[in-house]
Amino acid sequence: MDNQPYVLILVLLVGAVLFALTPLLLAWVWSKKFSPRKPGPIKNATYECGLESKGDAWIQFKAEYYLYAIIFLIFDVETIFLLPFAVSFTGLSVGAFVAMIVFLLLLVEGLAWAWQKGVLTWE
Amino acid sequence: MGTTWKSSLPIRMDQGLKSELSKQGVFTTTVEELYNWGRKNSVWPLQFGLACCAIEMIATTMARYDLARFGAEVFRPSPRQADLMIVAGTVTKKMAPQVVRLYNQMPEPKYVIAMGACAISGGPFKQGYNVLKGIDRYIPVDVHIPGCPPRPEALIHAFMTLQKKIEQQTLSSEDRPRHLDPDAPSEFPIPRFGEHDLEPPSNPDVWQPPVARTA
Repeated sequence: MDNQPYVLILVLLVGAVLFALTPLLLAWVWSKKFSPRKPGPIKNATYECGLESKGDAWIQFKAEYYLYAIIFLIFDVETIFLLPFAVSFTGLSVGAFVAMIVFLLLLVEGLAWAWQKGVLTWE
Repeated sequence: MGTTWKSSLPIRMDQGLKSELSKQGVFTTTVEELYNWGRKNSVWPLQFGLACCAIEMIATTMARYDLARFGAEVFRPSPRQADLMIVAGTVTKKMAPQVVRLYNQMPEPKYVIAMGACAISGGPFKQGYNVLKGIDRYIPVDVHIPGCPPRPEALIHAFMTLQKKIEQQTLSSEDRPRHLDPDAPSEFPIPRFGEHDLEPPSNPDVWQPPVARTA
């Protein structure tokens, strides 16, 4: 042992591997001996909510709701930024004012685009 | 091998010897008892409620009634990880195929508690056109609980009854449970929607109609 200090590590390694493998082996022997495997088409089905899966997952989604997202940005989110802008308007630097105007113009462009597309017309 | 190992392997031990040893302070057990002891204290129910009985089932798992005392607090949202199906509530004919399919997808060994008047017989909707008159028409039910809805104590009692049943199951005799029998089915046929009723209206391997008395 004294001239082979790494033997101990080898012993521990073998012990660790056996510690992991023995329960697996026991479970395997148990299932072979007592508990027969019973697979079936329903049991092996992928979906597990009680309903049968049908069709394909590769379907197209309608992306029309992005219009609502844009309108929401223009009329709701913009208001949140406009209020503090108006409150601290007199104390703002020129840079902050320009940045805010750029932001507003971007949203106004979105509004013009939505108007031109006819989204604002109630049907 | 074949059938010879069953007699050679000492799975059961002499009860007289066992009690004699326990008087001397020696605890003995068998593989079968250990197996069943582990199984009965780790039954994981399927997280699955159908109607108002499910509220009582939820109450059973909460702090006041505390189903966790019996090792059954882990309600699994997937049938792959569940051992026990608590059919808690009215099984409509629309829902019955899904219940049977979920039961089929559970791994063996699996158990069923039919909870409440609806699940065991149709209950107040027995005369109706759209309610199944007992889930035991399609899947083997281990414990029936009456009540509308049964109180959490009743569900706990049913659970303890199931634990006693698991405790007494044998590993290798002729009357061993279904999951140890290679010939016993693991999947049960799923009923289909027919023109007037589910087809078939019941699984004859599981349920036979009671003989009507004509007196």
